[in-house]
Amino acid sequence: MSILIIAEHDNQALKPCNWHTLTAAQQLTGDIDILVIGYQCEAVITSAQKLKKIRQVFVADAKAYEHQLPENTAQLIADLAKNYQYVLMAATTFGKNILPRTAALLESAIVTDITKIISTDTFLRPIYAGNAFATVQNKESIQFLTIRSTAFKAETASSTSLAPIKIIDTIILNILSKFINQILTISTRPELTNARIVISGGRGLKNAENFKIIEELADLLGGAVGASRAAVDAGFAPNDYQVGQTGKVVAPDLYIAIGISGAIQHLAGMKDSKIIVAINNDPDAPIFEIADYGLVEDLFTATSELLAELKK
Amino acid sequence: MKVLVATKRVIDYTVRIRVKSDETGVETSNIKMSMNPFDEIAVEEAVKLKEQGKVTEIVAISIGDKTCQETLRVALAMGADRAILIETTENIQPLAAAKILQNLVKRETPQLVLLGKQAIDSDHNQTGQMLAGLLNWAQGTFVSKIELKDTIVDVTREIDGGLQMLSLQLPAVITTDLRLNQPRYLSLPNIMQAKRKPIEIIPLDTLLLDTTSRLHILKITPPEKRHTGIKVANVKELIDKLKKEAQVIT
Ligand SMILES: Cc1cc2nc3c(=O)[nH]c(=O)nc-3n(C[C@H](O)[C@H](O)[C@H](O)COP(=O)(O)OP(=O)(O)OC[C@H]3O[C@@H](n4cnc5c(N)ncnc54)[C@H](O)[C@@H]3O)c2cc1C
Ligand SMILES: Nc1ncnc2c1ncn2[C@@H]1O[C@H](COP(=O)(O)O)[C@@H](O)[C@H]1O
Repeated sequence: MSILIIAEHDNQALKPCNWHTLTAAQQLTGDIDILVIGYQCEAVITSAQKLKKIRQVFVADAKAYEHQLPENTAQLIADLAKNYQYVLMAATTFGKNILPRTAALLESAIVTDITKIISTDTFLRPIYAGNAFATVQNKESIQFLTIRSTAFKAETASSTSLAPIKIIDTIILNILSKFINQILTISTRPELTNARIVISGGRGLKNAENFKIIEELADLLGGAVGASRAAVDAGFAPNDYQVGQTGKVVAPDLYIAIGISGAIQHLAGMKDSKIIVAINNDPDAPIFEIADYGLVEDLFTATSELLAELKK
Repeated sequence: MKVLVATKRVIDYTVRIRVKSDETGVETSNIKMSMNPFDEIAVEEAVKLKEQGKVTEIVAISIGDKTCQETLRVALAMGADRAILIETTENIQPLAAAKILQNLVKRETPQLVLLGKQAIDSDHNQTGQMLAGLLNWAQGTFVSKIELKDTIVDVTREIDGGLQMLSLQLPAVITTDLRLNQPRYLSLPNIMQAKRKPIEIIPLDTLLLDTTSRLHILKITPPEKRHTGIKVANVKELIDKLKKEAQVIT
């Protein structure tokens, strides 16, 4: 029995989500291999070799894999997957894009967004924006799974010896899609899904200019910035800040929601945070139902006071 | 150019979900049902492309029981030209939905299939990617911008780090994200007109596909409840609690 993890990386570095996927893999039984698909990604390969309890690192390094588009990588993964009982990816936009396609190529079902491994073939996953949980038994011979990072601890320890590398030299060309460009949000703050503290702003901020106080507060606390859908739609914050059912899922030690009403779609992305603080001038806002500490006050008054106090 | 749009009937996003006490599912009786919001965005985009003269025909598809005709009527009122209901009372999982759509693609030969990125009931986020795999077509998932040309379609995708721009060969599969467009409101004349548009009903078993569930839902349970918190009087008390009680800031 063996397990294959598909590494998530940007050709420069392994993404932290891999550490969470590795923890999930360790809860299954079997040797763990990892597949790195990319182009000129030496540093990624070395990091993958150092991951704990990895038996072997498969490497498919070619220009055709530079942007890791699904049209050819899904086929590459499917070819290798036949030797495994489990194939795992993180439930990120990257994993969600590739792994369902891979599973379909082998006419197999896939279980996405797993929050708990119950047994070798049974998993827990949220449905209806986390308002219910499904216990799902997967009867397929290859278990394709995507793992929700916030539900599994990070395995950050490295192993003392380097796992051996095996080169895959089959090159599958992608004639169907072409990478044009990307616009990545550049930030010196911790990554939203891994931050210990997250400060999120909603429509209550009223405009992009005001949203800067959320950023200022985050910087003061060393946290990441999140946003509600309404704030993103209104252009206060970039799309990759969105927390919720259809955005990112976070579970920091401290989540501060400012000017956010607490729609179920937003709660789906943050209600597993350890401590939740809500600042809202409407005492009946649903966000207070899940907040550990609620402050009913004008957010502008409260945040400036908060900034002043924290600077002391 | 012909476009297929997949529309799923789901519990309306404003409904508070209640899990049945016997753990077999969630309460659905007397509950408001609607078109999956992402699919509304997909229909809207198809209609926009038609208004721009780039699309000639829009076929809306739903897989489910008879009541899905209501969902299809909404798609028709938004501007779809005709609709197909693949009728079944079975629980249709993403792989089965993808196979059914693949079958319809063979029949209808569209250049573009639009789906939502995720159905907000089971939150799978799989069907579009699976369909693209089965067809061996290009896929653009989580798309917030579409530019349709003769033989290609340029898309902007919402990804974890920001935005990614791709150029896809047609025919292609696209799944929609929230910021692609703002679906229109239905006007009364359009609702009336939609009543005269055709809905073809095809019983699922006549397609002769293997659509059996591969995923067995053993039980549906409610989420763990958070303990109720407190209200603090002011910022000073909040900071004090965060430092001393919760110990999350120093
Ligand atoms: C298919 C679908 C998917 C969705 N996915 C997501 C998702 O992933 N994430 C998400 O967040 N949403 C999502 N939504 C949207 C969600 O339903 C809500 O519309 C959204 O979360 C509301 O954002 P908000 O709380 O910022 O805005 P509002 O609901 O408008 O709340 C603003 C809050 O600010 C408060 N406020 C205003 N002024 C002040 C002030 N001066 N001081 C203090 N408080 C003030 C108000 O009292 C109010 O509570 C989705 C919706 C759909 C249909
Ligand atoms: N039963 C269905 N009928 C019509 N479309 C569906 C059905 N199931 C899934 N889809 C389409 O696939 C998308 C993604 O669904 P899912 O993979 O279940 O999250 C939906 O937004 C729909 O466009």
